[in-house]
Amino acid sequence: MTSTSPITEAGAAAPLPADWRDLFALTKPRVMSLVIFTGLCGLIAAPDRIHPVLAFTAILCIAMGAGGAAALNQWWEADIDAGMKRTAKRPLPQGRLDRTTARDFAGVLCAASVFLMGFAISWLAAAILAISIIYYAVIYTVWLKPRTPQNIVIGGGAGAFPPLIGWVAATGQISLMPVVLFAIIFFWTPPHFWALALFVKSDYAKVGIPMMPVVAGERSTRRQILAYAILLLPLSALPWWLPGHEHSGAVYGISALVLSTIFLLLSIRVAFRERTGPDDAMKPEKQLFGYSVLYLFALFAALVVDRFVVL
Amino acid sequence: MEDPHRETRSIEQIRKSRNRVLALSLAAFVILVFFISIAKMS
Repeated sequence: MTSTSPITEAGAAAPLPADWRDLFALTKPRVMSLVIFTGLCGLIAAPDRIHPVLAFTAILCIAMGAGGAAALNQWWEADIDAGMKRTAKRPLPQGRLDRTTARDFAGVLCAASVFLMGFAISWLAAAILAISIIYYAVIYTVWLKPRTPQNIVIGGGAGAFPPLIGWVAATGQISLMPVVLFAIIFFWTPPHFWALALFVKSDYAKVGIPMMPVVAGERSTRRQILAYAILLLPLSALPWWLPGHEHSGAVYGISALVLSTIFLLLSIRVAFRERTGPDDAMKPEKQLFGYSVLYLFALFAALVVDRFVVL
Repeated sequence: MEDPHRETRSIEQIRKSRNRVLALSLAAFVILVFFISIAKMS
């Protein structure tokens, strides 16, 4: 059994039945909040309107799908999580939950989200949701993550689906704008994750995950963060210049340029810096990571505000 | 390391609270399906 294969020992020793709080923790609620938010923004920013109950159902399905995929990820990576300080307190590595329950819970969430989306909203949205679940749980978690330092670059696609799903749920079709929104999250993911990977590098190295700083070194990772931040600046403003009725206005455009410029400045600080020693607090990297989360929230919030404010 | 809140809670309590959450989720699902049907018909 490889280092990425699931383990059974931790869960088998659980003396108590699974608590619903542990099942909830399996869904990675903090990550899910960003997924729900970007999905909701995609749905609101779309030119078509759907019934509020159906809009709520679409967002619920996105949340359930993301939660199910996250639970599958934790089920598969229980042994890896146990070896990392950041993830060692999760329910499975701590033995608070047995692995079969985690797997079944994840399976039910994933299947229910896809079928509910299909029956209530549209089968196109359901198909994209299914693809995003498979992308995260299988392509990223099982295949890419343990094999290549480009794991997060290719795997970033998994987190980029929610605005596309939200848009398709509202309009019933894929057009240029949701593809651009997908691209924004896709190119935002590497600098976001690599900023984190820089300050938890030893954790990844310990469990044998080939994250970019572990394989290519810190200097190369820092320069690649900068490259993606440069790319993100024009890309984030692209919805402002899109042709047709889907494009955003000045509220979004100016917000995107300001937010992305700050992102770029923080990335420059990280790019041309070197770790001063083992006691380095990695403050610029932590600031970039924190700002990257805020950046995505603010960018998508601007997209929604832009729909209702005309300058 | 055991979760502190679990040490003080019995198996019975955990099971009961889990069943309650499950029951609420199922009730919410039924209500949601009802409203989805209304929304689809309108």
